[in-house]
Amino acid sequence: MLSIENISKTFNPGTVNEKRALSSLSINVEDGDFISIIGANGAGKSTLFGAIAGSFLTDEGRIILDGEDITVTPEHIRARSIGRLFQDPMKGTAPDMTIEENLALAAGSGGWLSRITRREREELRQKVALLDMGLEDRMESPVGLLSGGQRQALSLMMATINPPKLLLLDEHTAALDPATSAKVMELTDKIVREEKLTCLMITHNMNSALSSGNRTLMMDEGKVLFDIKGDERAHLSVEDLVRMFRTRSGRELDNDRMLLADT
Amino acid sequence: MATFLPLIQTALELGLIGSLTVLALFLSYSMLNVCDLSTDGCFTLGASVGAVVAISGHPYLSIPAAMLAGVGSGFITAFLQTKMGVDSLLSGIIMNTALYSVNIAIMGGSSLLNMNKTETVFTHIQALVKDGPLTDAYKLIVAFAAAAAVAGFLYIFLKTRIGLSIRATGNNPEMVRSSSINPVMTTIVGLCVSGSFTALSGCLLAQAQKSVNIDIGSGMVTIALASLLIGSTFIKSRRMGLRICGTILGAFVFRLVYTIALRFNMPAYMLKLVSSVIVIIAISGPYIKSKYPEFARRLEKKRC
Repeated sequence: MLSIENISKTFNPGTVNEKRALSSLSINVEDGDFISIIGANGAGKSTLFGAIAGSFLTDEGRIILDGEDITVTPEHIRARSIGRLFQDPMKGTAPDMTIEENLALAAGSGGWLSRITRREREELRQKVALLDMGLEDRMESPVGLLSGGQRQALSLMMATINPPKLLLLDEHTAALDPATSAKVMELTDKIVREEKLTCLMITHNMNSALSSGNRTLMMDEGKVLFDIKGDERAHLSVEDLVRMFRTRSGRELDNDRMLLADT
Repeated sequence: MATFLPLIQTALELGLIGSLTVLALFLSYSMLNVCDLSTDGCFTLGASVGAVVAISGHPYLSIPAAMLAGVGSGFITAFLQTKMGVDSLLSGIIMNTALYSVNIAIMGGSSLLNMNKTETVFTHIQALVKDGPLTDAYKLIVAFAAAAAVAGFLYIFLKTRIGLSIRATGNNPEMVRSSSINPVMTTIVGLCVSGSFTALSGCLLAQAQKSVNIDIGSGMVTIALASLLIGSTFIKSRRMGLRICGTILGAFVFRLVYTIALRFNMPAYMLKLVSSVIVIIAISGPYIKSKYPEFARRLEKKRC
C-alpha cells in the first residue's frame, strides 16, 4: 500500500541548526493498516508525515503509494489521495467560509466552474449529521464560530469525504479537552473502520497508541525503533513500551507528556 | 435641489465606473488576501489599450481588448509572486513601474491621447438614446451596465468551485497548502480576473472623459481601497451578494463626498490626500480601538 524506502531528510544542512530529522527510514504499510506512531519530541514523527504528504522533498529514498512513485509529486497532487489532519484545529478549515462551503471544497465534485447543487447540499447535510454534533442545522454558519472540537471533527470529515488511500493524523486530538478528544477519537475509529481506510496516527498518548489500530511504531532519532503488531502487541502494556524504549535506544524515555497522559 | 441632481449623477457615473476597480480589489484584497499594488498601472493599461483600439475604429472591441490586457498584467503579477519568489507587494510595485513604459509605448510614445472625435461605447449609446428621456444619462447607462455585469459575474464566480478555492486560499493558506487545491493556480486565476476588472474600469473612464493621460491611474489603488473600506462599514453582512453591493455603494459614496467637496471649493488635487486619510482611518481605526483599553490603563497608572 505505502512503501517508504530509506528516506532521509536533513534540515538546514551545513549550518549550526543542521538537523537530521529522518535517517534512512523505511516502513511498509499494508492495505487497511491503522498504525499508531509514538516517540519523543524531535523523533521525526511529524517530519515523516511531511515527507509522505509532500510538504518538502526528501533528500534520499523513495515513497511509493499504491504502486505509484510519489517521491517528487507536488503536495496538492498527493493530497488527492492523502488526507491529513493536524494538532491545531484551525489548520484544517477556512474560518470565514460556511460549513457547507468548506465541505463542498473538500468534496470537490464537478468542474472548476460548477456550483453547489441542491442534491449536493442535501448529501453534505446528511454527512455532517453523522458527526452527531448538531452541525447539520448550521450549514450556513461560518466555521470560525465553531469550537475547536467541532472544527476538528469537521476537518476529519473533510479529509475523508472522498475516502483517501491514506489518512495521516498528526496528534489530531491533542489540543482538545478530554471529552471532545474522546469523541473525535471515537469518530476517527468509526470512519476508519467503515471506510476501511489505511491510516497513520501520531499520538503522545501511549494508551491510545496500544488501543487504537493494529500496529504501533516507536520512532527515535529519525528512525523506527520498533514496530509491533499482532499477538505481541495485544499483550503489551504501557510499562512494556517504556522498557522496550530503554533497551532499544539505551536511553530513558524522558517525555513527561507521553508518560503522564492518561485515559 | 436642481443643482444637486447633476452632482449626484456625476458621482454615480464616476462611482460606478470606479466601482469596477473596487470590485477588483474586493477579489484580490478581501478574498484572496493579496495586496495587489499593480492596480494603478493596470488601470492605465486598460485605459490606453482601450483608447488605442477605439481610436483605430473598433469601439466595442476596445472593451475585451482592455480586459485581456488586464488579464495579462494580473497574470505576470501573480506569476512573479508565486513562481519567481518575488514578494507580493514588490511584484505589484515592479509591475507598476514596468507598465509605465508599456503604457506610453501602447499610446505610441505619447503620454496623452485625445478621443474627442473618436467613436466609443459611450458615443454609440449616446446616439442610441438621443431625443429620448434618457438623453443625458448615456454615461450612466454604460457605467451601470458594466458595474451590474461585473458584480453579477463576481457573485456567481465566488460561488463556483474555483471561487471557493480562491476564498479558501485567502482565508486559510495553511489549509489550502495541505489540500488538493493548488494555491499557485488560485492566486493566478484570482489576479487575472481582478486585473481584467481594473483594466475595464480604466478603459471606461478614459472613454467617458474622452482622453487618456499616463497619470489616469495614479493613486487608484488607494482610492479604491478607501471605497472598499467605506463600503464595508456600511454593510457588515457576511452574505456575498450584500458585500458586493456594499462595495459598489462604497465607491459611490466616496465619489459623492468628493464631488460635494469639490463644489465647496476643495481643490481637485486634494483627492489623493483625502483618500489616503480615509484608508488610514479605516485601517488603523479598529486597531487603535482595540489598543485603547491598554493605553487607558497605562495612562491611569501614570496619573496615580
